[in-house]
Amino acid sequence: MTFIGKSVKRVEDKRFLTGKGRYTDDIKLPGMTHAVIIRSPHAHARILNVNTSKAEALPGVVKIFTGKDVAELNGVPCGWQVDFKNGDTMKEPPHKLMVADKTRHVGDAVAMIIAETYAIAKDAADMVVVDYDEMKAAINMREAIKPGAPLVHDDVPNNICFDWELGSDKAEVDAAMAASHHVTTLEFINQRVIPNAIEPRSAIGHYDTANDRYTLYTSSQNPHLIRLLLCAFVLGLPEHRVRVVSPDVGGGFGSKIFHYTEEALVVWASNQIKRPIKWTAERRESFMTDAHGRDHVTKAEMGFDADGKMTALRVKTLANMGAYLSTFAPCVPTWLHGTLLQGLYTTPKVHVDVTAVFTHTTAVDAYRGAGRPEATYLLERLIDTAALEMKMDPAELRYKNFIPAFDGVKQEGYTTQVALQYDSGNYEPVLKRALEMVGYADFRKEQEQARKDGRLLGIGFSTYVEACGIAPSAVVGALGARAGLFESAHVRVQPTGKVSVYTGAHSHGQGHETTFAQIVADKFGIPLEDVILEHGDSDSVAFGMGTYGSRSLAVGGSAIVKSIEKVIEKGTKIAAHLLEAAETDIEFAEGKWTVKGSDKSVGFGDVSLTAYVPHNYPEGLEPGLDFSSFYDPANFTYPFGAHIAVVEIDKETGKVDLKRFVAVDDVGNVINPMIVDGQIHGGVAQGIGQALFEGAIYDEDGQLVNGTYMDYTMPRADDLPMFEVDRTVTPCPHNPLGVKGAGEAGCIGSTPAVANAVMDALSPYGIFDLEMPLTPERVWTAMQNSDAVV
Amino acid sequence: MKIPVTITVNGKKHETEVEPRTLLVHFLRENLAMTGTHVGCDTSSCGACTVLLDGKALKSCTMLAIQADGREVTTIEGMAQDDKLHPIQQGFHEKHGLQCGFCTPGMVMTAADLLANNPKPSETEIRHALEGNFCRCTGYHNIVESIQHAAHAMNG
Repeated sequence: MTFIGKSVKRVEDKRFLTGKGRYTDDIKLPGMTHAVIIRSPHAHARILNVNTSKAEALPGVVKIFTGKDVAELNGVPCGWQVDFKNGDTMKEPPHKLMVADKTRHVGDAVAMIIAETYAIAKDAADMVVVDYDEMKAAINMREAIKPGAPLVHDDVPNNICFDWELGSDKAEVDAAMAASHHVTTLEFINQRVIPNAIEPRSAIGHYDTANDRYTLYTSSQNPHLIRLLLCAFVLGLPEHRVRVVSPDVGGGFGSKIFHYTEEALVVWASNQIKRPIKWTAERRESFMTDAHGRDHVTKAEMGFDADGKMTALRVKTLANMGAYLSTFAPCVPTWLHGTLLQGLYTTPKVHVDVTAVFTHTTAVDAYRGAGRPEATYLLERLIDTAALEMKMDPAELRYKNFIPAFDGVKQEGYTTQVALQYDSGNYEPVLKRALEMVGYADFRKEQEQARKDGRLLGIGFSTYVEACGIAPSAVVGALGARAGLFESAHVRVQPTGKVSVYTGAHSHGQGHETTFAQIVADKFGIPLEDVILEHGDSDSVAFGMGTYGSRSLAVGGSAIVKSIEKVIEKGTKIAAHLLEAAETDIEFAEGKWTVKGSDKSVGFGDVSLTAYVPHNYPEGLEPGLDFSSFYDPANFTYPFGAHIAVVEIDKETGKVDLKRFVAVDDVGNVINPMIVDGQIHGGVAQGIGQALFEGAIYDEDGQLVNGTYMDYTMPRADDLPMFEVDRTVTPCPHNPLGVKGAGEAGCIGSTPAVANAVMDALSPYGIFDLEMPLTPERVWTAMQNSDAVV
Repeated sequence: MKIPVTITVNGKKHETEVEPRTLLVHFLRENLAMTGTHVGCDTSSCGACTVLLDGKALKSCTMLAIQADGREVTTIEGMAQDDKLHPIQQGFHEKHGLQCGFCTPGMVMTAADLLANNPKPSETEIRHALEGNFCRCTGYHNIVESIQHAAHAMNG
């Protein structure tokens, strides 16, 4: 029985396909009340008065809390500390559950109405009168750091959260840059995008007075971490009396990693009113309060020698934190961005300088790829631009600079200038395969003909490496993480040989119930249906660090393998006893223990039953077949790949038609190719979204102008082509499955490929650099402003 | 004030009273506890709440429950018969047309309307039909293939 490597259809599908998925908002508890949160319409304003008297009188209103009621409670903490260059600790202003004095972004929580029904709570919210004294806001990062700019937090001078640098000696980088034959420079904005999982965030708090226990149902990617933060930092609750459940979760993409204020609010308030409380975000609230992604203002320079070999990379970035520090915000532009600036190239000198800035906007944190898309966009835009400037082929320029192949076993891992050691990599084959698939040689001829015919055809490349399998705890601890990043797994073999697996990873679309079951069924040699996976409930799963950073299989899967090995080891002792043979003479394969060289064997079910009915049993051995494990990875994993986009631009309208998208990714060994392809598709679509459609727009007062689905453009079905995907396999050398992670790859590689294709198409106009998203208006305007006759 | 309505959902007649402002989607989710129909936005943009009204796809957040008085609604819960998946549901399973599952009910109902009117749609026609439904997980590739699979199964 082999399941690893097969496209097994998903076992979780049926409940979703029949309307039986159970998301947080689907849960109805006896006596449950409904909460609506009143949010600031101003980015920066003093709160003069909150008058709730009329609302409180409305029949059906249970209770109203305002910022003053939670002023004594702690706020939500930040989980990662980055220090200033001079060693000072980053500025970490409090993020209160609701604000009492001052609002710092549109959407800041001012009051919470709790009522018998959602409709009554909405009615009551309309009756609350809040008097604001509006002030000037700091929105644009470049303005926010100037002296005299409005301050987001009074004790954070110039709105600077921290500054940070990494890489080679700065003077050496400057010297290498100055000595370069050619330097390509780009100044650009990696625009703010909004994750927009289709399920809005939701949380239900329930305090059970009879048992003095709290339950939080929440649409979270990591229930255990939420419990830890809630108990240890926010509310000071006893952790053993708190249960956090993340049931089915409708997409996350990073935005549901973080501990949000509403989670703590409903738990705290449910104890105040002694009834369960449900809060579910309206979409407009999601736009205002889900952590956003990206938002860098960057100057990047890449030096080359006369042969096109890279000589130096110098990067200076302003990174937007928004109004408050979200859970992992400080690590995104630093340890997840600066560290990836070597790319898959041999650039000998690399230096990156990052300044993190508070603004009166929604908090920014990890969004699919988290720092790595920003690093990849920067590198890959520089390379395609350099190729245009130096009149070299962009594929050839990459080949010339790739790090030579290394498998991490026979050859050592590759140590970069920016603090990482890549585990294994073989970069040429992914680009070669992608070029074959797109038919590169013929494409250039087609493009030449198209240009003669007056059509704007373009091709764009992107090759990337990323860091996944987050993360070795001691390493990230040294870098400022305030949590470990291991994973736990519990494998419980039942007396009848059926297997329950408990993982601390959380599936919100990734298909863990299938992939993880494939591993267990395969290793035990039992049918797939004999395995069930449990996740997302802190009462059944001992501990977990959740799902993000493409870590579930590399870290969580490895923890499961450790427990599997323990089961087999103990099973061997039991089997040896039953078969009256020495343990060393027993081997386990295909679901049975066999005496080597004989036909004497005992099956998985028999050994399982014996473990729980230990009548004829090895002396001194404990009964039961039930093991938990914790796995802390030795290193990050480093997937890589090559993406190619082909576009045609309508000269009359500026509309970019994405004609083809080729992705060749190497995510190490693959357990379920169908699921991995699906992950790549979804990531690619989001990356294309950033390149062509998406971008949060704030006006100078801090209003999110496109804060609805009618205004914020996400890719729809008719915006995208069928994707052409393939892979190479370079196993991870340091985890037992040889896997690297596939959740974010698509989103990391695709954005620059599309942007580069648009620039290639526009090159006859002498246009080499436009800001994303590459909307028809932006492209059309650039063409109109060009002097070139095309 | 409550108003009496008679709404047939998945073949079962519901005679009840609703507040006039109750949206059809809230009637399904709150009054009937049929939570397979989802709410993903407040601007009728996402399509997660799509149901069939007298056989035609409709975003159930765009309509009041009282407007559905006397009419027939089919939701995702009404698609599988006797525990056997509808060919469209089967197509999504075969072609991995769902990940987190939140948009899936709306996608399946939209596909049901499409295939009822156009049994053998082209890729372009499928993509056009899905314009009103967001999926943030799949990039639509496998949803298109799922619907093609279903069309083949239903119509050869």
